[in-house]
Amino acid sequence: MKIHEYQGKEILREFGVPTPRGVACFSVDEAVAAAQKLGGKVWVVKAQIHAGGRGKGGGVKVAKSLDEVKQFAGQILGMHLITHQTGPEGQVVRRLLIEEGAQIVKEFYVGMVVDRASQRVALLASSEGGMEIEEVAKHSPEKIRTVRIDPVTGLTDKEGAEVARSIGIPEVANAEAVKVLQGLYQSFVAKDAMLAEINPLIITADNRVVALDAKFNFDSNALYRRPEIVAYRDLNEEDPAEIEASKFELSYIQLDGNIGCLVNGAGLAMATMDIIKLYGGSPANFLDVGGGANKEKVTEAFKLMLKNPSLKAILVNIFGGIMKCDVIAEGVVAAAREVHLSVPLVVRLEGTNVELGKKILAESGLPIISGNDMADAAQKVVEAPKG
Amino acid sequence: MTGKVGQFHTFHCKSYANGANCFVAGVNPKKAGEDFEGIPVYASVLDAKKATGATVSVIYVPPSGAAAAIDEAVEADLDLVICITEGIPVHDMLKTRYKMQGKRTILIGPNCPGLITPDEIKIGIMPGHIHKKGRIGVVSRSGTLTYEAVGQLSALGYGQSSCVGIGGDPINGMKHIDVMRLFNDDPETDAVIMVGEIGGTDEEECARWIKTNMKKPVVGFIAGVTAPEGKRMGHAGAIISGGQGGANEKLAVMEESGIHITRNPAEMGRTMQKILRG
Repeated sequence: MKIHEYQGKEILREFGVPTPRGVACFSVDEAVAAAQKLGGKVWVVKAQIHAGGRGKGGGVKVAKSLDEVKQFAGQILGMHLITHQTGPEGQVVRRLLIEEGAQIVKEFYVGMVVDRASQRVALLASSEGGMEIEEVAKHSPEKIRTVRIDPVTGLTDKEGAEVARSIGIPEVANAEAVKVLQGLYQSFVAKDAMLAEINPLIITADNRVVALDAKFNFDSNALYRRPEIVAYRDLNEEDPAEIEASKFELSYIQLDGNIGCLVNGAGLAMATMDIIKLYGGSPANFLDVGGGANKEKVTEAFKLMLKNPSLKAILVNIFGGIMKCDVIAEGVVAAAREVHLSVPLVVRLEGTNVELGKKILAESGLPIISGNDMADAAQKVVEAPKG
Repeated sequence: MTGKVGQFHTFHCKSYANGANCFVAGVNPKKAGEDFEGIPVYASVLDAKKATGATVSVIYVPPSGAAAAIDEAVEADLDLVICITEGIPVHDMLKTRYKMQGKRTILIGPNCPGLITPDEIKIGIMPGHIHKKGRIGVVSRSGTLTYEAVGQLSALGYGQSSCVGIGGDPINGMKHIDVMRLFNDDPETDAVIMVGEIGGTDEEECARWIKTNMKKPVVGFIAGVTAPEGKRMGHAGAIISGGQGGANEKLAVMEESGIHITRNPAEMGRTMQKILRG
């Protein structure tokens, strides 16, 4: 689960990481009032959306007067901010962060991830602040310093000091940088984060170390014990179809193709998308109904797919193990009737009680196209919309 | 095995092949002294081990307590722990894997279908009836996609030596490479189907090991060629992030390592057939 920058900064401050003073705002009036309250002569007006690359898309502006704060807040609030992470339609800006300006002497990158290979939390640090770390990794990997952190000792003073030195943080700010790195690690563990980034981390003219940005992504499997993180959730930033799916414990991701697929199991669901593509079609979604699918879940799954205006055909691909094919077949028949299905439906059933399942489909009187195996089903569903 | 899910699957495992002689104990501190289908329930893994000599534990404990259940089995010095549970917090697994360092217990999973040696034993949630005894090994991160591979092999007349589901979580026990090593040394295995998916670099590591060490042919498939970057595809570990973990990259390394890859999930069995026929 992702959160906004201003929320991430709240967490960082809780763990002793300095950030600029700032106020989250939902209107232009609030933005101007916030700037007045903050005082000073320079403010930064920052769009709060979950996607990165906001600055390049015109979502971050430096204001040198209250009039400019008003002007920029008016421009940014409500805009469709397009970045490399939003897709071409962009994301509507509904919240702003108004911050005091900072005097940047140099920018750095620090981040934390769960490193799968070492099965540790890894600290990544680089002298190349303000850039996409993926780009740095691609073009100058030698500029990224990685430390795999021992979960018992945490990030030690020695490791922290050494990392700060290696990315070029001046000696005078070393102790403060160590505190920042340790605070970031503590927040990462305490809040069940999967990813945390401060990009850029800056050195100010008076040698302070300050987090100018904050990005967090949390483990959705741990949210049950992090109500304070759940409270940060902003549904406006999430795909409505995915929110709807999660209510029914369906795993759904909309894609840009036109062939819907309903599958049991994540691996088989991905493989089904792949085989549709392989036979010349284009998948409209990823949809895993899980191991415990029943009539209600299958019906909801059909409704979700049918909300997609691009949908031209549906492929149901079930390998019944614990889930019995007859139960799924009954669900498919009931769902097709309830939603008055108007697009071609291809069903491939295999596994437990497959004959019974096929019989139910055949006797339903519905125009269901039967697929003998995965390849046959994929070919039929790709051909079906062509008539 | 004392919960609803555990009871259902224990019943099926017990009914499969030699299962009746293999499932000897359950663990639940609140139900110690009771029994399920004649299997006695103990208060702890250590109690169960002392009373029955059990060497393997299968875990159906809900996510919030599952990592602690793995820890308990490791502390009791069991040979093998198979964790079926899906949805364990990653930070719990990081701690558990740290505690497992230097211990001899092997972990399969979590978030996996388990392990089956056809006609001998099934420890997990896979449908037993699709399997057939034979000489092909199967290792996979996914449940139903493993069944798909097994189903194709059985339909073509090729049985399986063992099928291991290593699970779809980012922090887990045995990796492809660990299972591949065992298949390489297993006199009952002639060839292996390796099924992977997007996320991480475990398949690449396994492929590089295969290139220099594997004496048996390997067929490979990776799910998620069409998966977009940055989206978690159902499994916690199935995500392309930071430009890493894409299916095409994995397939390229696998092909370069001499693995017989197929991009068609319906062709895993037939690809194996072609190789075995020469």
